[in-house]
Amino acid sequence: MSGGVNTSAIFRAIFMRDVRLAWSQGGTGTMALSFFLIAVTLFPFGVGPEPQTLARIAAGVIWVVALLACLLSLDRLYQADYEDGSLDDLALSPLGLTGVAAAKILAHWVATILPLVALSPILGMLMNLDAGAYGMLVLSLLVGTPALSLIGSVGAALTVSVRRGGVLMSLLVLPLYVPTLIFGVGAIDAAAGMTDPLPHLAFLGAVTLVALVIGPIASAAALKLSLE
Amino acid sequence: MHRFANPAEFNRLADAILPWAKIIMAAAFAYGLYLALFTSPPDYQQGESVRIMYVHVPAAWMSMFTYMVVAAASFTALVWRHPVALLAGKAAAPIGATFTALALITGMLWGKPMWGTYWVWDGRLTSVLVLFFLYLGYMALWRGLDEEDKAGRAASILALVGVVNIPIIKFSVDWWNTLHQPSSVMRMDGPTMPAEMLWPLLTVALAFKAYFIVVFLYRMKLEINLRKLTVLSSIEARG
Amino acid sequence: MRAASLSPSFATLYPEIRPLMTADHIPRYNAPALVADGLATTRGGRRVFEGLSFTVSSGELLYLRGPNGSGKSTLLRLIAGYGKAHAGSLMFGDSDWTEASPAFDGAMIYAGHENALKPVLTLRENAAAYTGVMTGQAPDDARLMAGAALFGLTTLLDRPARFFSSGQKHRANLLRFTLLDRPLWLMDEPTVGLDAANRDVLADLMKRHLKAGGMIIAATHDPIGVEGRELALDDFSPKVVIDEDWL
Repeated sequence: MSGGVNTSAIFRAIFMRDVRLAWSQGGTGTMALSFFLIAVTLFPFGVGPEPQTLARIAAGVIWVVALLACLLSLDRLYQADYEDGSLDDLALSPLGLTGVAAAKILAHWVATILPLVALSPILGMLMNLDAGAYGMLVLSLLVGTPALSLIGSVGAALTVSVRRGGVLMSLLVLPLYVPTLIFGVGAIDAAAGMTDPLPHLAFLGAVTLVALVIGPIASAAALKLSLE
Repeated sequence: MHRFANPAEFNRLADAILPWAKIIMAAAFAYGLYLALFTSPPDYQQGESVRIMYVHVPAAWMSMFTYMVVAAASFTALVWRHPVALLAGKAAAPIGATFTALALITGMLWGKPMWGTYWVWDGRLTSVLVLFFLYLGYMALWRGLDEEDKAGRAASILALVGVVNIPIIKFSVDWWNTLHQPSSVMRMDGPTMPAEMLWPLLTVALAFKAYFIVVFLYRMKLEINLRKLTVLSSIEARG
Repeated sequence: MRAASLSPSFATLYPEIRPLMTADHIPRYNAPALVADGLATTRGGRRVFEGLSFTVSSGELLYLRGPNGSGKSTLLRLIAGYGKAHAGSLMFGDSDWTEASPAFDGAMIYAGHENALKPVLTLRENAAAYTGVMTGQAPDDARLMAGAALFGLTTLLDRPARFFSSGQKHRANLLRFTLLDRPLWLMDEPTVGLDAANRDVLADLMKRHLKAGGMIIAATHDPIGVEGRELALDDFSPKVVIDEDWL
């Protein structure tokens, strides 16, 4: 019946809509970026400004803060649409809810996370990151952060109808972020310590691929619940 | 309709199993504790503190086992829309969380004489800690949504996502642990364990399993009765 | 469900359609009937209705009547594919909407209680977001202008929706019925917050849709002034409140 449906055009339309909303007034784009910057600069105040100390924890701090920034910005991924009724429309898209979730996750990653990745070398400098590890910092974030958006989307979808669901969502999602954090930081530390970062990076990519399979499907299943 | 989808049927089944489970539980606890506390030898390195293992290791086993029960119940609830299965996950999760907490606490108590500190970021302990968080998330989601049925299905989705992730988490934590802590301190498993230590371990494990069945069945009956109560009160409200 | 192109006889038959839509936008639906048979559903563990059957054919309007809580919105959402029926079947021609989501047929326009407007986007952008989600395309400009003119929204086209009054928001939500050609309209309380003039505009729009062979299911308390059959949901209120399984 719907042979003429142009799914890639719909995917693109939803993607563009969300990118636009992320960077409009009250969107998550600037918020996450500012949080990323400010939260990282708190660490030197907390642990002291010694360059060696900062260099030792640089990779971990940047990854953990990127992870929290991601979590903060995912809070409203579906909730805003749920509250204003546009989730009803998204559910009626011929793309299907799984496709809709995929488009929205991709938009979140591109609009909110990619700027953090681009900014990360500056934070590396602030944290006195080892000179040889900058490339790996960006690469590991590029490979690993999609998993954060994908898994976080499941948490956001599960808590979509919960008022102030952000805290609950953190509780659901943070344990699932552990592997990404371990392999992401591992790759940077390996590069800084002149060992082979490739195994870390390979596992990091594998976690992202698993998340790619689970994320949109589980998100769609969770969203369906909230629409009933 | 499925066979045990009928709550009355389930209640009958539970009542048939419960006495036997209680007998096994009591006997296994008594015998297991006797073996663990009196007949098993102290470890040549760890001395008497090794006896914590007879609680710690079975508790850790049960924490995994219960999560599998929750995941299986969740799968059944989602795929076959099985109302009793939904409640099974809800009934099992707090028991699993308790076993997980027990494994963590005994692990810490064991760590003090062995490592001189209560907490070491040992690979196994860390994995159990993450598992504990997964339980907390599952139970919080059950409470987080207003509608019981939706809450249960949302929690079920989470449990399935979690069960896919558990091996990944376990692997990543082991990986991380070998990087940061090359010497593995706690190696109490495997076939190298002498029989006089293995028997108490397995007996206590059996006792824990029977305990799980007893508590689980009681909690299921409780949940089913709560449902009944909701049904009756809503009929009353309608007049 | 693709809209067939205009047949000349249709335009002469219904000339009043012309002012709203340019010639190439007059749809002519040859839609199959929507047949519900023995539908039952539960909400929050409580049975809402059961044994509900009806048929809506091309050119027909079905009003859902009943007091609050009788399940009007629930039924509309069930037809739209949000949630599954507990029992019964729902067929749209050969498509089984009991099992598969109706979304993939692209045959309906649904308007619920919320206005589905993004406060930061202008009306034009909101309209584009809606058609984008449904078809991947931006709305036809002439058509958007015509629809906006119809509901008195022309001056608001380039204003962000956060500045709209609640009445304007509601009209902006109704705009969707002019943007896509889809045979089945599901309207949940479409007249809430509409003044008399706009109610007439809506009534005209619905009449045109029915004449073009479309069908409408509307849940409303108010008389709109469009001829239609009524389905009293109270007739299908459940004999048993909840599954007796639990007793």
